[in-house]
Amino acid sequence: MTLKDIALRNIRRRKAKAGFVLAGLLIAVSTAVALLGLIEGMNRDIQQKLEEYGANILILPKTENLSLTYGGLSLGPVSFEMQEIRQADLVRVKAIKNAANVAAMGPTVLGAIVVEDRKVLLAGVDFRATKILKPWWKIGGMVPSDFGVLLGSEAARILALKTGDHFKVNGSELQVSGILAPTGSQDDHLVFARLDTAQSLLRKEGRVSMVEVAALCNACPIESMVSQISRALPDTKVMAIQQVVQSRMETLDYFRKFSYGVTALLVLVGSLVVLVTMMGSVRERTSEIGIFRAMGFRRSHVIRIILLEAGIISAMAGVLGYLIGFGSAQVALPFFTGSNGIGVIFDPLLAAAAFAAAVTMGLASSVYPALLAARIDPSDALRTL
Amino acid sequence: MSYIQVENLIKQYGTGDAAVMAVGGMSFRIQIGEFVAVMGESGSGKSTLLSMMGGLNTPTSGQYSVDGLEVYQLGQDQRADFRREFLGFVFQSFHLVPYLTILENVMLPLVTAKTNGRTKRSMAGDALARVGLDGKAHRLPSQVSGGEQERVAIARAIVNEPPMLLADEPSGNLDSKTTRDVMDLLRSLNQDGMTIVMVTHSPECAGYARRLLRISDGLLVEDIPINGPASNLECWSNGVME
Repeated sequence: MTLKDIALRNIRRRKAKAGFVLAGLLIAVSTAVALLGLIEGMNRDIQQKLEEYGANILILPKTENLSLTYGGLSLGPVSFEMQEIRQADLVRVKAIKNAANVAAMGPTVLGAIVVEDRKVLLAGVDFRATKILKPWWKIGGMVPSDFGVLLGSEAARILALKTGDHFKVNGSELQVSGILAPTGSQDDHLVFARLDTAQSLLRKEGRVSMVEVAALCNACPIESMVSQISRALPDTKVMAIQQVVQSRMETLDYFRKFSYGVTALLVLVGSLVVLVTMMGSVRERTSEIGIFRAMGFRRSHVIRIILLEAGIISAMAGVLGYLIGFGSAQVALPFFTGSNGIGVIFDPLLAAAAFAAAVTMGLASSVYPALLAARIDPSDALRTL
Repeated sequence: MSYIQVENLIKQYGTGDAAVMAVGGMSFRIQIGEFVAVMGESGSGKSTLLSMMGGLNTPTSGQYSVDGLEVYQLGQDQRADFRREFLGFVFQSFHLVPYLTILENVMLPLVTAKTNGRTKRSMAGDALARVGLDGKAHRLPSQVSGGEQERVAIARAIVNEPPMLLADEPSGNLDSKTTRDVMDLLRSLNQDGMTIVMVTHSPECAGYARRLLRISDGLLVEDIPINGPASNLECWSNGVME
């Protein structure tokens, strides 16, 4: 028989007390694991959905004047007439440190054209990049080829054009290859053509008015990407469209802080439960500890018995707490993210941390009761027998 | 040199007006292999004396040595080691650990010893055989009779073969038949060379000892030999306690 056997026998004998300690630790650990798992899952959900939010960085010429709105968001001043960006310079973006995080880069040339005696804004875009940058676009018809154009819904209505119609711009014959479903943005008022076609029509060969960039960066903040692009293109103004994800990230941040607060509170309550229960257990066992001391147990042996008991229960709470927390987060995550596609990933680090935290909590809360037990005067204890 | 030396041992509880003198300066010596009975009325200081002899209760002053070892000069841990190596305790109410089997209770003094599990089990089995309980090793204390519990307590006290056994009212909760069995067992252990100091209220039990220390108000008032293997009846008729 060993000190561990004595600890195990006592746990078995005092199941209710052991269960109470276990429950205290279990609630703290499983809640912490569930909340941290949820935050991690929601964070990944947002990162995965970044693509759905489209472009999150804009590269603009360093000018003042006209303001432009984009998807209801203010993008700052843009001038269409002067100091436009050289298209050839854009290759430098592919050489930045986080180039791998650039999912798509859509150079756009903007300029006014006259169609049926009406002035409209022509946007030359890279339709392949636009598919990633503006995933919400629904095109009725075909993606334009060399001399095709795509009309925004309002532009089509005002110009009274439909798919297949032809019109002339600066002597070039253009055909409407598709019409964009209403987006509720500036895009509804524009006429879109291929970048090279628009550059030719607007006589802006090799120049672009703005560049939209979709950067998916899990590990680095968007500001870091912005500064890297700014260094690569010093003559431009690089802006982050943070509003798109920022509000959601802020909500997540509040949730994270709240979770940390709840976890801290539960850890405190759990520790108190362990402390009070272990103190009660030690008081109940005064006579037993007196017997142990009379039999030649050192103070350190008594401390070890109490801490072994706490350690065994805490280790169980660590394992069970992680499993319960993991399961709870798995069940709750679709409710918080609104999608079933994402699950909580088994994180060995979190599992190890949960285990270590439970054991540390259980042991730390049992140190004082263990010291009290060791200080029990054996002659006093035996007198009460 | 005597095996056990008690020199002017004093134990006072509390201070000032509230001070209680439990043991008020006691001196005696015990030779190896003696069987000593300590008697006295309730509150006379018998149990305090026994707890001090067990290294459990630090005296207010005085010296106590066993085999030349000044027990209260030792640190807490060394005193625990002294108890484990030199002493066996038998308590009045058996004081077995209720959630351990009889075998495990007997193994308790061996838990902290550096001996392998098989040897410990074998030693506990031998001790149980010595008290005639080897067939009930795996029962819980609550599953055996009071007399058997007392015998388990004795087996636990002798399992590590200590040279000295301290017994506090070993027959306190037993009927006369079981008392005789237990006292016969103690006498047998003494005949095998074990030094026994036994606190008792019972003249019948005291009759099993070879020497009587009588205590009153914390003082040793009588130190007399008991001649011959006194039967219970002889104890009474000899008027040991008269």
